[in-house]
Amino acid sequence: MSENILEIHNVVKNYANHRALDDVSLTVPKGVIYGLLGPNGAGKTSLIRIVNQITAPDAGKVLFNGEPLTEKNIYEIGYLPEERGLYKKMKVGEQLLYLARLKGLSKDAAMDRLKEWFIKFDIKTWWDKPIEDLSKGMQQKIQFVATVLHQPKLIILDEPFSGFDPINATLIKDEILELKEKGSTIIFSTHRMESVEELCDYIALINKSKKVLEGKKLDIKDSFKSNTYTLNYEGEKVDSATNFNVLSNQKNLDGSQTAVLKASSGKFGNDLLREILEKVTVKSFKEDVASMNDVFIKAVNESN
Amino acid sequence: MNNILLIIQREYVTRVKKKSFIVMTILGPLLMGLMYAGVIWAAVSSVNQKKIEVLDDSKLFEGKFKTSEEFIFVFKKEKIDELKKSLKGSEFDALVHIPGDVLENPKSIKIYSEKGVTLELQSRVESALEREIESIKLTEAGITKSVLESAKMDVSSETISLKEGGEKKSSAAAASIIGGICAFLIYLSVFIYGAQVMRSITEEKTSRIVEILISSVKPFQLMIGKIIGVALVGLTQFGLWIVLSAGILTFGSKLVGEKLIQSKNAMTEAQMASLPPEAQEMAKEKMQAGGGIPSEMMPDFFGALDTLPLTTIIISFLFYFVGGYLLYSALFGAVGSAVDSDTDTQQFMLPITIPIIAAFMIAQFVIRDPNSNLAIWTSMIPFTSPIIMMVRIPFGVPIWQIVLSVTLLIGGFVFTTWLASRIYRVGILMYGKKVTWKELGKWIFYKS
Repeated sequence: MSENILEIHNVVKNYANHRALDDVSLTVPKGVIYGLLGPNGAGKTSLIRIVNQITAPDAGKVLFNGEPLTEKNIYEIGYLPEERGLYKKMKVGEQLLYLARLKGLSKDAAMDRLKEWFIKFDIKTWWDKPIEDLSKGMQQKIQFVATVLHQPKLIILDEPFSGFDPINATLIKDEILELKEKGSTIIFSTHRMESVEELCDYIALINKSKKVLEGKKLDIKDSFKSNTYTLNYEGEKVDSATNFNVLSNQKNLDGSQTAVLKASSGKFGNDLLREILEKVTVKSFKEDVASMNDVFIKAVNESN
Repeated sequence: MNNILLIIQREYVTRVKKKSFIVMTILGPLLMGLMYAGVIWAAVSSVNQKKIEVLDDSKLFEGKFKTSEEFIFVFKKEKIDELKKSLKGSEFDALVHIPGDVLENPKSIKIYSEKGVTLELQSRVESALEREIESIKLTEAGITKSVLESAKMDVSSETISLKEGGEKKSSAAAASIIGGICAFLIYLSVFIYGAQVMRSITEEKTSRIVEILISSVKPFQLMIGKIIGVALVGLTQFGLWIVLSAGILTFGSKLVGEKLIQSKNAMTEAQMASLPPEAQEMAKEKMQAGGGIPSEMMPDFFGALDTLPLTTIIISFLFYFVGGYLLYSALFGAVGSAVDSDTDTQQFMLPITIPIIAAFMIAQFVIRDPNSNLAIWTSMIPFTSPIIMMVRIPFGVPIWQIVLSVTLLIGGFVFTTWLASRIYRVGILMYGKKVTWKELGKWIFYKS
């Protein structure tokens, strides 16, 4: 037993004319939502395929629950690929049963669990419909069910929200959180930083086949903060002072002004406020936290 | 292993439940039956008897042209010019003019016709004349008719196969019919079911279901499961076809058989009536000698069938059917995995289809000479052996040749399956790229 559901050590993967993964190491703790980020072509899918044992690494090793990855781990992993489809002519129920049985469930167990999901998602009437009669969003729901039906310990979701309307996206988001509650670990690969912001506990960033960043989301965001503050105020225009420099200042329509202040080294919000309060009427004051978007762009640019 | 069974089951069940499968299974034998009936009907009813008038200035050939199902010859006495004029609009289809000096000048015979002369008519007239002229010349040379008659022999050999201790009457005709049918069925099934494997692999790839599947099963399991599943569908379909067509044929031949005899008699009478008296005599003789062919031929065929190694034929048909299918469907599958749509398959299909078509063509020669070098070699090479060996087996093949051919075929499909699985595992995850032969070659050596 290990604290980490998945450990990837120094994995290298070469394709015919390029290196898809270059000495990548990752550690995914149990029971978290782990965001695997990176620009297109960075090597995320290659990594996911290695974890799914679709391909094997050229060098390095992968530990699942502390043990080297073996074939039987397939049953403990659920994978929702980015490019996904279903048998168009096959009926929804039959198809899910088939996929569940390929994941090692018995027919009866699969049937029982499917019934629960059909009630949960309110899709009981779909059982006998061929897949091609369903909308894209409906098919995505079916694919999601297929991914998690065998109650895997590790769930890998590649762009799970693409093709969903906001209502269904929320539904899936809630399901992901519920799965985490129940103890599953979720690896989540996406380009949508707002869902990373919302869901992920840990993130790793891969760029050009190499790992650039890894750690708790909050720690990473912290390390990327710019030490700037946004001030909304009324009164005379503020000028740089001992504790801060004014980076920008603009007048708003309602007569107030907004300034971006950069704290001098070793100075924090309170130091700045103390100085400002004497001069102007503060309407709002906020530390600028790095958004995941900023982190992503900054980290990728730095590593390029 | 369990997963392979699940895949086989899915492939089999979804196909067998398809409407097109059920329709084809029922319609297949019906169409065959209809075709069979159609051919017989055409043979029986549409024999379009042609009336030919003959003007024989040499007076040597009267009554020498034999009336047949296709031709009735009527001898005329009128002048050639009159006949030529009256040919148009008369009941006659052609006019044969034999000049008086035909013995000296055998190339002077002329056939006139409004619509053009068929090759058959021409050769029939020519051969009849040749025979007559020959006999006339022989007689002139002092050889009497009776010597001539006794010298004429009707040679028709009986083939006896010396095997398993006893002499058995065998029929080359029955052997070639059975061999031909088996070879044709294998040829057909390789194409039909091989293409099915190919198309369904491309479909799985383009619909991206394969992305989901390969996280649960190995690509090889997916491929082999599909190949076996489709093979079972093929065996089921053939089995049902054989049972259904046997039913239809037994039922149908009873009906058709009666009709056949009836119409034969009717036709004969009609023929007789239209003939001059001497010719009628001749025709009657001929009918007695050669008549009743259809009724005699059938039991002959079945009798000969009994002498064929039926068990060997059935077992080897099953083996070569499955073996040939496995060999080729793996290759078809590899092609299906390499392309993004059905239309892209063309460039890769050709090298696969050429050996199948070649085998089928070579089979036509092998039927005639089942023990030639060509036949022996092509029945060893795994790419042609399923078709060629099936042609040879009804004629009897030495056991060592069968063993060798079977071993090579097993080796062959193990090899093609291995090759295909190397291409398949890369191909199914490769999108949006026009693949070349060179790349396919590289894929084989990729590490997994």
